Amino acid sequence: MFQSIKFRTLIAAVIVIAAAYFLLPSVMPEIPASMKNAFLKNRIHLGLDLQGGMHLVLEVDTEKALEGTVERLANAVREGLMDKRVRFRSVERKPDNTIAVELPNREARADLEKVLSDQFPDLEIKSTEAADGRERVALNFREKRIADIKKTTLDQSLETIRNRVDQFGVTEPEIIPQGDDRILIQLPGIKDPKRAIDLIGRTALLEFKLVDEEHGLEEALRGNVPAGSILMKGSREKGEGTGARRDTMYLLKERTLLTGQSLENAQVKISDRFGEPYVAIKFNPQGAKDFDRITGENVNKRLAIILDGAVYSAPVIKERISGGDAQITGAFTMEEARDLAIVLRAGSLPAPVRVLEQRSVGPSLGQDSIDKGVLSTIIGMLLVFVFIVIYYRWSGVVACFALMLNLVLLLGAMALFDATLTLPGIAGIVLTVGMAVDANVLIFERTREELRTGKTPRAAVEAGYTKAFLTIFDSNVTTLLAAVFLFQFGSGPVKGFAVTLTLGIIASMFTAIFVTRIIFDHCTWTRKIEKLSI
Amino acid sequence: MFELIRPDTKFDFASKMKAAVIASVVFILIGLVSIVYHGGLNLGVDFAGGAVVQIKFQKEATTDRLRSALDGVQLENSNIQAFGAAENREFLIRTQETAADLKVLTDRIDTALSKAFGQGTYEIRRVEAVGPKVGKDLTQKALLALALSWAAMLVYVGFRFEFRYAVGGIIALIHDVLVTVGVLSLLNMEFTLNTVAALLTIVGFSINDTIVIFDRIRENVKKKVRADLRQIVNVSVNETLSRTILTSLTVFLVLLSLLFLGGPVIFDFSFTMFVGVIAGCYSTVFIASPFVLLMERFMPSKRKRK
Repeated sequence: MFQSIKFRTLIAAVIVIAAAYFLLPSVMPEIPASMKNAFLKNRIHLGLDLQGGMHLVLEVDTEKALEGTVERLANAVREGLMDKRVRFRSVERKPDNTIAVELPNREARADLEKVLSDQFPDLEIKSTEAADGRERVALNFREKRIADIKKTTLDQSLETIRNRVDQFGVTEPEIIPQGDDRILIQLPGIKDPKRAIDLIGRTALLEFKLVDEEHGLEEALRGNVPAGSILMKGSREKGEGTGARRDTMYLLKERTLLTGQSLENAQVKISDRFGEPYVAIKFNPQGAKDFDRITGENVNKRLAIILDGAVYSAPVIKERISGGDAQITGAFTMEEARDLAIVLRAGSLPAPVRVLEQRSVGPSLGQDSIDKGVLSTIIGMLLVFVFIVIYYRWSGVVACFALMLNLVLLLGAMALFDATLTLPGIAGIVLTVGMAVDANVLIFERTREELRTGKTPRAAVEAGYTKAFLTIFDSNVTTLLAAVFLFQFGSGPVKGFAVTLTLGIIASMFTAIFVTRIIFDHCTWTRKIEKLSI
Repeated sequence: MFELIRPDTKFDFASKMKAAVIASVVFILIGLVSIVYHGGLNLGVDFAGGAVVQIKFQKEATTDRLRSALDGVQLENSNIQAFGAAENREFLIRTQETAADLKVLTDRIDTALSKAFGQGTYEIRRVEAVGPKVGKDLTQKALLALALSWAAMLVYVGFRFEFRYAVGGIIALIHDVLVTVGVLSLLNMEFTLNTVAALLTIVGFSINDTIVIFDRIRENVKKKVRADLRQIVNVSVNETLSRTILTSLTVFLVLLSLLFLGGPVIFDFSFTMFVGVIAGCYSTVFIASPFVLLMERFMPSKRKRK
């Protein structure tokens, strides 16, 4: 049955029609609504280099998150020891993320061990050293816990960034973890990469601290910062119209009274008096209770609102504020206020992030690339067609027909797999055309050789296909192997190239061998032509 | 019948082997000298780290004005050049300077531009910023991919043919990559992700040609058991010569189209492929097949040993 020309034609037709069916939604954006359900949703996507957008690789500073955890743990250990009335000289975090505990004598060590095993199962004693009758104990985080903390930090960062991107409104964003501490972000169609990076990469740690009004700022600026207080600079306020910026310094109490974790919502509002945008925040029930208490206890004092280590404003608390509403003002533009509201709603990042790689393409350049890519593909294909037809005459026409089908199959398969077309991918399509023709060249050259030995067209075609097949197969497998390594190696655009190359080669095996054979068999069997135009 | 190569062509390739190998070695050496002379390859930001910014101005702008703008943010060592046709008013800024957090770097460029030219008078069409860590990763990945692709070809060809064929094939591949890299260095062209993609494609493409000839050698060895291998290689290369040239020509045509019409963004890719295809066509005929002969001396085939 497989020998039958009719049957083979049927198979070829089914495959080509299927490919065209898959391809249609990609090339016809305006499918009538009534027909929409008849087609798959799968389609060819444009890569960032063609439609514009941003590719970003961020590194999450998981080390920093670990430091923070150890710091908190050190404080907890200190309190735990005090609670149990264990005598100690000091507890502090060392730069290598161990906790150093200094005990006055040997006996206290047993008490420390008890506190540790009761309350801090995550800590283990790394080393003990006796000096001048004192005991110095170094506490270590258990290995497994460290890995846990880093993993949680990455997961939380992913979650937060996803939230922010969703609220920013990007269609089809891609946010995936990479390795232990990296996040890959693809944002198609982003027009303002800088703004997007600001939004995504901001830690957005919101804190409320009291302003230290008992000590002089001048004195602190000279270097005498009182214990329990810290100096912090104000967020850069814009001067009127000039764009000039100045730094204001604040002396604050070190203790943080509330953080952004107590927020329930944040929204942009416009102030009635100045028409300036500000961000209205609403605390969750517990936060509202705390805020109520804090404002009640500190009437007439100044409460600083701090974002990522910079004081945004430090208003005087005029009266107790119940109900859990507050506002953040600070000479925002509408965009800045909107982005601030987004990051406050989405929550803060558990650790700072750094941009390791940024690639962005503006939409106009993308369109340029599409135009140039399409033009060079068409011209390239035409050149190949003309050359092949001149060289192989009628058989060349058959080969070109196969190439056209190859293109349909390739694009149809891309649509089916929801593949992404990139600029190198377009180059891959036209290169595939150049390479796909190789299969036909091999077959035709072989057939010519057989014809020269005096065989009939039918026998020559038969021998040509049979003998060329293994060669074609071997040479295509090696190209596929190369494509696999390309895919492994490459980022977005290069991956797109590997995809088109792979699909193109597979499709070409079908069109160049199977489809052209049907045509030749038809001519040599059914029509019994005497002379082959090849 | 239109024929580029007459079917009765009998060119003695095997006798040209020595000359070909010497020519190739000399050429590769020139390439290596060029690499040393240039102080290594001209690595683009993908591997060396740094940033490339492509800007399009609405009004007239000059490289001098751009340079003085970048002076203000200590980026005066940047390379600034007009990109594409002059009437496009497009420029490419490259800086080797990089930062652990690239936001700092791109912000600096941004500030310099908006200060000097004013917001909205230009469009940043493309930014490629790569930090030192990613640059190092990409370099490792590129080298690994290249080495693995060679190894994979060696294994596959060794599996489908014989090991001694595989060695000839791989030497031809390494030859192609070295020649191409040498040419890029001679022209002081930049090494980018696209360049590596092109090199990997060349590996896949060039082995194609080689396999076709090996296939023919194998077939002829079976057919003409008594014939001298040297003669068989010669006949096989001649028999497949027209195919080798035809296929290379079609790929060549496509690449010409990409080179001249594909635009500057993939020029590096097209050019690398272009050089590689020429090197591949040459090495298939003059390097890979003669090496089968050479290997025969050290590892005679089973047929001969009997």
